[in-house]
This record gives sequence, C-alpha cells and structure tokens, in this order.
Amino acid sequence: MTLGKQATTAMRRHGLILAFSIFLAIVAVTADSFLTIGNILDVIRQVSITGMIAIGVTFVVITGRLDLSVGSMLTLLTVIVVDQHNSVGPADAIMIVILAGLLLGVINGILVGFMGLNALIVTLAMLSILQGVTLFYSGGSNVNIPNAQSTWFAVFGRGTTFGLPNPAIFFVISAAIASFVLRRTIFGRMIYAIGGNEVASTFSGINAKQTVFWAYVLSGFMTALAAIIMGSRVMGAQNTIGQGYELTVLAGIILGGTSLLGGSGTIWRTVLGIAMLGFIQNGLLLLGFPYYVQWLVTWGVIIVAVWIDLGAKRGRILA
Amino acid sequence: MSIQASLTHNPKRGERAIHWLYRNHIWLFLTLSILVFSLASPYFLTVNNLSNVLTQGAFIGILAVGMTMVMIDGEIDLSVGAILALASALAIGLQDSLGVWPAVMCALLSGAVLGFVNGSVVALSGMHSFVVTLGGLIGIRGLVFVYTGENALMVTNFDYTEYAEIYLGPVSLTAMVFLALAAFFQWILSSTRHGRETYAVGDNIQAAHDAGINVKRHKIINFTICGTMAAIAGILLSMRLGTAEPNAGKIWELWTIIAVVLGGTRLTGGFGSMWKTVGGVLTLAILRNGLRLLNTPNYVELIVMGLVLILALLLDQALSPRTGR
Repeated sequence: MTLGKQATTAMRRHGLILAFSIFLAIVAVTADSFLTIGNILDVIRQVSITGMIAIGVTFVVITGRLDLSVGSMLTLLTVIVVDQHNSVGPADAIMIVILAGLLLGVINGILVGFMGLNALIVTLAMLSILQGVTLFYSGGSNVNIPNAQSTWFAVFGRGTTFGLPNPAIFFVISAAIASFVLRRTIFGRMIYAIGGNEVASTFSGINAKQTVFWAYVLSGFMTALAAIIMGSRVMGAQNTIGQGYELTVLAGIILGGTSLLGGSGTIWRTVLGIAMLGFIQNGLLLLGFPYYVQWLVTWGVIIVAVWIDLGAKRGRILA
Repeated sequence: MSIQASLTHNPKRGERAIHWLYRNHIWLFLTLSILVFSLASPYFLTVNNLSNVLTQGAFIGILAVGMTMVMIDGEIDLSVGAILALASALAIGLQDSLGVWPAVMCALLSGAVLGFVNGSVVALSGMHSFVVTLGGLIGIRGLVFVYTGENALMVTNFDYTEYAEIYLGPVSLTAMVFLALAAFFQWILSSTRHGRETYAVGDNIQAAHDAGINVKRHKIINFTICGTMAAIAGILLSMRLGTAEPNAGKIWELWTIIAVVLGGTRLTGGFGSMWKTVGGVLTLAILRNGLRLLNTPNYVELIVMGLVLILALLLDQALSPRTGR
C-alpha cells in the first residue's frame, strides 16, 4: 500500500475524528478558556447524564432496536427519586428509583423482546404513557429537595473526588464496565449476534427474545442511575426535565458511528459521540454563538459523519 | 379469543371477519370511541363539537397525509414538526416585507425544499431516513430559532387570520384542506403510476429497482411531498393562531406517527391507505377531545393514547394471518 493510499484509508476511517480535532483547535485558539482542565471537566460532567443513558441504549441499538422512551423515563425517575428523597430518605429513594427503572425496562423488554412488537412504536407509546404517569405522580407540580446543603444525596451530582466531578467518574466507570460486558462476556456477544443476523443467531441457539429483554432492562437501569445523578445535581425535578433526551442520546450514538440497523458499535464510540456533542455545544457557546446554533451544527455533523462512515464502508460516497 | 371461538364454529365466515378486521381495525376503534364518548358526554355528539374535532385533528392530519406517503415507501420523516414551525414562522415573518401571498409561497417553498433535501440525502447517501430526519428534527428547529431569534412572531395584518374563519357549513378551511389533500393522495396512491410505485418500493425495494422504477427519484418526490404537507399545516396553523411560536409543533411528529400507525400503515412499508390514516387521525382527535369533555386531567389523555397504540400493535399481531406475510 502506498503512502497516499494509506492516508486516504486513514482519512476515511478517522475523518470524523480529524474534523473534530480541527474544530477543537479552532475553538482552542479563539477562546482561551476552552482548553483548560476546568472547562474540560465541566463538559464531561455535563454530558455524563446523557452518556449514562446512551450506554444502556447502545446495547438496545446494537440488537437492531430503538428505545425512544428513555427521555420520559428520565423525567419520571428523577421526579420519583426527588419526591421519595423527601419522604423516605436518600438511601430508600435510591433503592426505589433503581427498582422503578428496572420495572420500566422489564415492561419495554416484555413488549419488544418477548412479544416481538415493533420497538419504535412500543417505546413511542411508552414515551407518551410515562409522560402521563409523571404528571399523575407529581400532580403537575415541580418537586424539589428543600435542604439541598445538608443531605448526603448531593454527592452524586455535586460532589467531587480528588478534584474530579463525581458524575464524570460514574460515567467513566459505567462505560468501562459496559464496554467489558459488551466485548468480553457471552451476553455481549449475543447482543452483537442478534443485531448482525437475528435468524442466524436463533439457529445457533441464542435466545434472542431473552437477550433483547435484558438489553431493555439494562437501558432502564442506566436511566435510573442517570436520574439519581440528575436529581442530585438539580436537587429538584420539573415534569419536562428529561424531554428530548431520547433524541440527544440517539444523536450521540449515531455520531459515534453505531448503525441503527444493529450488529455494530462499541461503548467507546458512543462515549466519543456523546463527548463530541458536548464539546461542540461548549465550544460554540464559548465562541459566543446563541445556544440554538449548536442544533444546526449537530444536524450537519450527523449527516456528514454518517455519510462518510457509510461511504467508507462501501468504498464510494454515493449509494 | 371470542373471535377465535367463532372461527372454529364457522370457519369461512370467521376467517372473512378476521381478515376484514385485520385490515380495518381502525374503523372499529373509531366507532368505539365515538360510541363511548356519545354515551359519556352530552356535548360530544353536537355539530359544533364535531366541527371542532375535525379542525383540531386537521393539523396532525395534514402531516399524516405526507407521512403516510413516506411510510408506505418504508421510510420515516421525523422532521415534520420542525418544518411546520419554520413554515409558520416564515409565513408570518415575511408578510410585512413581501406581502401576504408571497410570504405564504415562501413558507410553502421552504417545506418543499427541506423535504427535497431530506429525500436527496436519504436517496444519495443510503443512510436510513430515521437518522437523516432525526438530524433534520434537531437542525431545522435550530433554523426556526435563528430566524425568529427565540421570539414568537405576531401577525400585523389581521386579515390574515380571517382565512381560518372561512367555514363551509360546519367544516373549517383547515379541515377542508385536510380532507381534500387526503382524497387527492388517496387517488394518487390507488390510481396513478406514482402510487403503485410507492407500494412497490415499500414492499420490495430491490424488486422495484429491477422492474425499472427509479427508486431514488421516487423517494425524493415522496419526501418533498411530506415536507410540503408539513409546510401547509404550518401555514394553516399560523392563520389560525395569528402568531408563530418557535416551539410550535414540538413532538407533533410523534403524534403523526401514532395516527398513521393506528391507521394500519406499517413502518416496514408496502402497506397502508390514506383513508385509514384519516381514520387514525380522527380516532386520535376524538380521544383527545372526548377525554377533555369528560374533564379528565391531561395525563389520562397521554396514558390512553399510549395504551391504544400498543393495543393496535397487539391487535395487528394477533389478527395477522400466520401464512403468507
């Protein structure tokens, strides 16, 4: 392989990272505060909630399915954890919210996994139902933790360890564990197998229904963890706090190069995609653009990134 | 289960009934919801209220007309809510400088162009339309905010809002546009070459390509139609409200998909009809209206809607003939 060819291949494979680096360089030169430890830690802390959810949803997406209900789920679970914190205390509230998250995952898992219903529509229905349940639970009013200074519950969202924000630490540890599970365990291989070819995986003795079920349970579990961080960070919850998270999560996963058709993708790619969204948002704000300009950039970045990725896979740009 | 019991009792008639129900369960839902709310509320079955239901449902309905075309193709368009907001902002924002009708034309054109862009990217890149239009959903909302600067635009010439008050008997202009578009595209689907090709592409894209259909051009046309429909809905909304809010139409794409799926159109493509989409739209509108008449809190509406959607899926699965499909 000649040097030129190698360069082209590398461009195709890592073009996104290259373009992203150029963007980072431009922002770093223009805005002094961008490339400081404090700002970088801030960005990682900001994306950790989206990131935690995205880790769970990545499992679902690799099986070739979708979870659009995580945004509503995040809202409901945050409202629950904040409300329960006030009535039964932080420890019990955490137990309750994790159980609730698992339960919601189980419901999605039964409907999509065991009953074989269309994932997009089921989770869309759950999006609506969970919004309703949230309003029912909260009675339409916002909940908040009055004694924000004196509760140890603050440690999840506001605390730091050795100068590192705790949400970021939770995010990285979750990503490491999830990556191990996905790459090194039988469960992880089954997830890839189902997304790659569901019929073939069934014939080789994989219980596809059960595996999909557990992927949704995992998604619910990760959303519960994200809700704990969110509740602790905000020390309160509005009835719309998680609205739109399902789309940001998907955007990050897609940006990382995971195909919605399933069978491909890794946790680290998802983390990269989510981090890119975070740095784009942060960079544009530091450059003085209004917050909505990031949406336009996200649009362009998603289209270009996925197009290049697909083009590299088939060896030409046009389908 | 009782349906299956009747199947063993009289196979032929039962089979026919199941087959009919399988294809038309939306009419069952519609009849049931009308019956329930007529009995539950004395205000439901009045000309005035039904006229309102039709008008309220028409906005989602017009979006659903375009969405049905795209979904029969086996694709999806998540950006319709954002296109609606942009069209409504342009229709009001450009009025002062261009005049009413040029502004409306610009709004219409913006929808067509964005639909064309969506379709072209889908056709040329081979990306899944879910990804492309998810990007559009985020980015076009950004365009709306850039254009409006986060403020709601107000109409200055109030003649514009008079158009929304045009009624033919109990049927408002919005509802008329909805029904006319539904009828027109039903005709396109069932009686033109483009319609036949839509089903062919959605059913088996490779076979359609092999049969000589220009699949890419075909998809671009349907996405352009979908974008134009969203713009029409946006223009009508701006006439009705007299303002254009940058957050207008948020998550309407989800309601639209719910309405179309309730009507029996498959996300996998190749299956569906405009009339049944109208059935889905009306069922959705009646559920929302009826529950409000009964003074139920907002959350009941959200929960019922989700449950109905899952029920429709279950019914679809339970009644689907095991052989063949």
